[in-house]
Amino acid sequence: MAEVLVCVKRVPQATTEPVITADGLGIDATMTGSTMSPHEECAVELATQIADATQGSATVLTLGGAESVDQLRDALSVGVTAAVHIEADPAAFGPADVARAIAEVVRAKAATGAPYDVVLLGNDAADTGDFQVGVRVAYALDWPVVAGCSTVAVDGSVASCVADGPEGTGVFEVALPVVATVLEGGVEPRYPSLMGRMKAKKVAIETVVPGFTPAGSGRVGLALPPPIPNEVEILGQGASAAPAVVAVLKELGVVR
Amino acid sequence: MATLPESAKVVVIGAGIVGNSLSYHLARLGWTDIVQLDKGPLPNPGGSTGHASNFIFPVDHSREFADITLDSMKQYQEMGVFTESGGFEVARTEERMEELRRRMSSAKAWGIPAEIVTPEQVVEKVPFLDPSVIVGAAWFPTVGVVDSLRAGTIMRERALEMGALTVVPNVEVTGMTVVDGRITAVETNAGTIAAQTVVVCCGVWSPKVAAMAGAKIPLTPAVHQMISVGPCEVLASRPGEISFPIVRDMDTFCYERQHGSDMEVGSYAHRAILHDPETIPSIEQSALSPTELPFTSEDFDPQLEQALELMPELLGDESAQIRYAINGLLSLTPDGYPILGETPEVKGLWSAAAVWIKEGPGTARAVAEWMTHGNPEIDLGHSDIARFYPHQRTRAHVKARTSEAFNKTYGIVHPAEQWSSGRGVRLAPMHQSQQALGAVFFETAGWERPHWYESNAGLVEKFGDACMPREHEWDSRWWSPIINAEHLQMRETAALVDLSAFAIFDVVGPAALAAVQQVIVAQADVKVGRVVYTPVLDSRGGFRSDLTVMRLAHDHFRVVTGGAHGMADKKWFADRMPEGATVVDVTSAYTTIGIWGPKAREILASVTSADVSHAGFPFGTCREIEVGNLSVLASRISYVGEYGWELYTPMEAGAALWDRLLEAGGPHELIPAGIGVYGTTGRIEKGYRAYGYELDTERTLAECGMQRPKIKDQDFIGKEAIVAQAAEAPQTVLCSLTVDDHTSASGVKRYMLGGEPIVTRDGGQLTDGHGHHPYVTTAGSAPSLGKHVLMAFLPPDQAVVGNQLAVSYMEELYPVTVAANDATPLFDPENLRIRGLA
Repeated sequence: MAEVLVCVKRVPQATTEPVITADGLGIDATMTGSTMSPHEECAVELATQIADATQGSATVLTLGGAESVDQLRDALSVGVTAAVHIEADPAAFGPADVARAIAEVVRAKAATGAPYDVVLLGNDAADTGDFQVGVRVAYALDWPVVAGCSTVAVDGSVASCVADGPEGTGVFEVALPVVATVLEGGVEPRYPSLMGRMKAKKVAIETVVPGFTPAGSGRVGLALPPPIPNEVEILGQGASAAPAVVAVLKELGVVR
Repeated sequence: MATLPESAKVVVIGAGIVGNSLSYHLARLGWTDIVQLDKGPLPNPGGSTGHASNFIFPVDHSREFADITLDSMKQYQEMGVFTESGGFEVARTEERMEELRRRMSSAKAWGIPAEIVTPEQVVEKVPFLDPSVIVGAAWFPTVGVVDSLRAGTIMRERALEMGALTVVPNVEVTGMTVVDGRITAVETNAGTIAAQTVVVCCGVWSPKVAAMAGAKIPLTPAVHQMISVGPCEVLASRPGEISFPIVRDMDTFCYERQHGSDMEVGSYAHRAILHDPETIPSIEQSALSPTELPFTSEDFDPQLEQALELMPELLGDESAQIRYAINGLLSLTPDGYPILGETPEVKGLWSAAAVWIKEGPGTARAVAEWMTHGNPEIDLGHSDIARFYPHQRTRAHVKARTSEAFNKTYGIVHPAEQWSSGRGVRLAPMHQSQQALGAVFFETAGWERPHWYESNAGLVEKFGDACMPREHEWDSRWWSPIINAEHLQMRETAALVDLSAFAIFDVVGPAALAAVQQVIVAQADVKVGRVVYTPVLDSRGGFRSDLTVMRLAHDHFRVVTGGAHGMADKKWFADRMPEGATVVDVTSAYTTIGIWGPKAREILASVTSADVSHAGFPFGTCREIEVGNLSVLASRISYVGEYGWELYTPMEAGAALWDRLLEAGGPHELIPAGIGVYGTTGRIEKGYRAYGYELDTERTLAECGMQRPKIKDQDFIGKEAIVAQAAEAPQTVLCSLTVDDHTSASGVKRYMLGGEPIVTRDGGQLTDGHGHHPYVTTAGSAPSLGKHVLMAFLPPDQAVVGNQLAVSYMEELYPVTVAANDATPLFDPENLRIRGLA
């Protein structure tokens, strides 16, 4: 009966060449659309798996403006059953502010007598790449944290977190409650079904407002790296090119 | 990959379905040194072709669209990239069933297999569809899907094999060089390529590319939403990409198209989401491709529920996931037709844009023919880029009309339906008076034209049943019995008709006579003051236009033509001017007022001292007259079969002339009459043919019963062709038919509106010498005859006066009889009225 909270962030869809907004502080999503980070898609999948396996429930949380409700609905359409919207201007919130706001929600939930047992986050955000919200949430709550997990499972009061490192695969068994940050690749995130999409529309979303003034990120501007030169390599012509194509696909991990 | 050559005979910009097909067809027609560019990689450079749903429903209410689509299907089949799946258009309402019956008419007219079926028959072929949601459907067995990317590759490869083509992908066009109004080079990020002919096949980017040369291609990128749901078990169990018919859920503006184990659901129901060509992201800036924009799910949510109603088990399957969802960009134009032909602004710069997958190869063939010898086999009159007036090329107009039209993609659109956006643009000088008279305005080329006047409502009582009232709402939509009352009153007294929408241009200069002589069929070397009505033909003898020409001086001709086709006519003349002659557009300088009827002469005489008697002002002549202090060019011709004139006066004096004539006509019971009389009832009683209805490039003089008693000695375009045609029997013959009985099975009397197939009395199909099936080109009341009259091209053996046939309307047959098999008017066949003898 694990209660899982999974935190997601609205970010621009990834492209080869990002477009920086006029103020230089963000990435323009007008023509790319917005999504959640691939890490978070995996975290959402793990959250629903934990909820299913323990007959518990999974809640999705985001901090952002009204538009970020789209990402909550996306998570709701693939098996998450509740959502919390921290309504705030995301540009004004640095990673420490976001961690503080999440911790507030986790504490408030505990105060109701039905606390969260697991808080999942993506390892890092696809747009700002801060790599710190998960650790800061754990610190604020005084919970243990496992970073860079490929999978997280819960059995009774223990979470089993698997993280790949340079030395090999580490398995961490941690008593609940726990914070875990997730790296993409451990699980296959699912697409919504049509029914899931329709159910997600009907879920009531809990809205909260942070009880403090954010300090901000301190970011002064974004700059693009020089464009990566577009290299074209002709692998061959006709059927004789097939082995070379297969080799490249294997290298890319598209086929095994 | 090839490097950019320094020069080419023709540069084709774009490697979507249009550019690829065009490169092939140009090569096939003998062009060499073709260079095709695209800014993206091959075979999918990122345009709309790459994400198209690729299915083809051949049926359309427009003959031009249907013929182009059928030709495209043949080409896809020949390349082996067409898979026939069949397709249903399902109806959830009775109103839609009626529309599907109307679609049966169009299908039969264009020779497309189709039948009305029951919900049970749909389920036999589409077992996962809930039959309780629909009331019936139309079945089109020849519907299918194509591989448009593969087709493009095959087309390019064929042109490459012929040694006619160089393809250079990953090269972006950055500019165009235009010298003295002619394209001379294309500038790219890989260098400049010199060319005298350049074709813009750039889909949604076409306006941006053409603008580099100073030309306008008035289309807009617009979003069409599509999702793909799968894997669906029932679909995966069948082999191949498609094994179930495609379903168009017409009332929800959606379609469901199987794609392997997935079901694609596409929508035309959402709000119109328009983009600008300049802000489409580059390939590098795009998440998927430049034309696969982020899906806006809130716009699609209502369609999810509707799709689920229709296919509850298939789409409701929890394991079937929405794996792909896009806001796909496609091209829309203000009137729904493609934009084809040489741009009026820049010589040598061509457009082949706003073309969808179902039209791509057919359009490319026609454009290639046009570029090669000027004569596309399939008439492209509606798609000619020259058709647009300046205001129709503005972005505001394009956006307003496409926004209004978007949700009509699957809509039930009445043939006479009027636009509600972009109105009030071109107003006749007498507009205020017309408003006061209760004019009901229809739009032509931006002009607000009275179609009838509510001030004439009292005449409906006067003429009673002779106004031929229509009982059925559909038949009487965008129509009024007042039109017929105005007609009868005109035949009794006289009518005043605002013709401000005419396009008028002068041909002037020392070579004016030679210039006009070469373009028109009639003898142009007439006395100053003569008016001639004349066809304008292409070199095959097909109609390019029909219009009137006034000779105003030895070196000055005035050409008057219909507003709808005026700009294309102007380009036709301007393109053919020799040294010493030039075309000057005076459309906005003059208004035209028609005055016709038995009392017209008396009325005009009461306001002018000029001799307006038959002897003093013969038919077919024009001259300046004074109407009080107004100078008026009066031309004694008629399109309604009555004695009278077209009166031309400067635009700013038009209101004064209108008011004076109305006032002078008062004692003679003159009325203002609308275009309902001028364009339909008056003309159909006289058997006058209209360009765009009866006349187009696929028709000849002989087929239209417009043979010349004598062909002039001088050379002119089409002369050889008509001499040859005169020696042969025509393949088809334009006839006027009368409807003998209007009573439908329900007892309600029905009146055809045009486009319906003509069949034998017992419903058998007819086919003319071209392989075409007869259809109604114009339908309308002939109130003076008390008949509903239809015009249609019939096989020569059926074109016999008295021959009894039938017209199929809403899937019922009505008996008709051939009343004329040439241009002989049904009303006043001796033309006694026009000649002032009646």
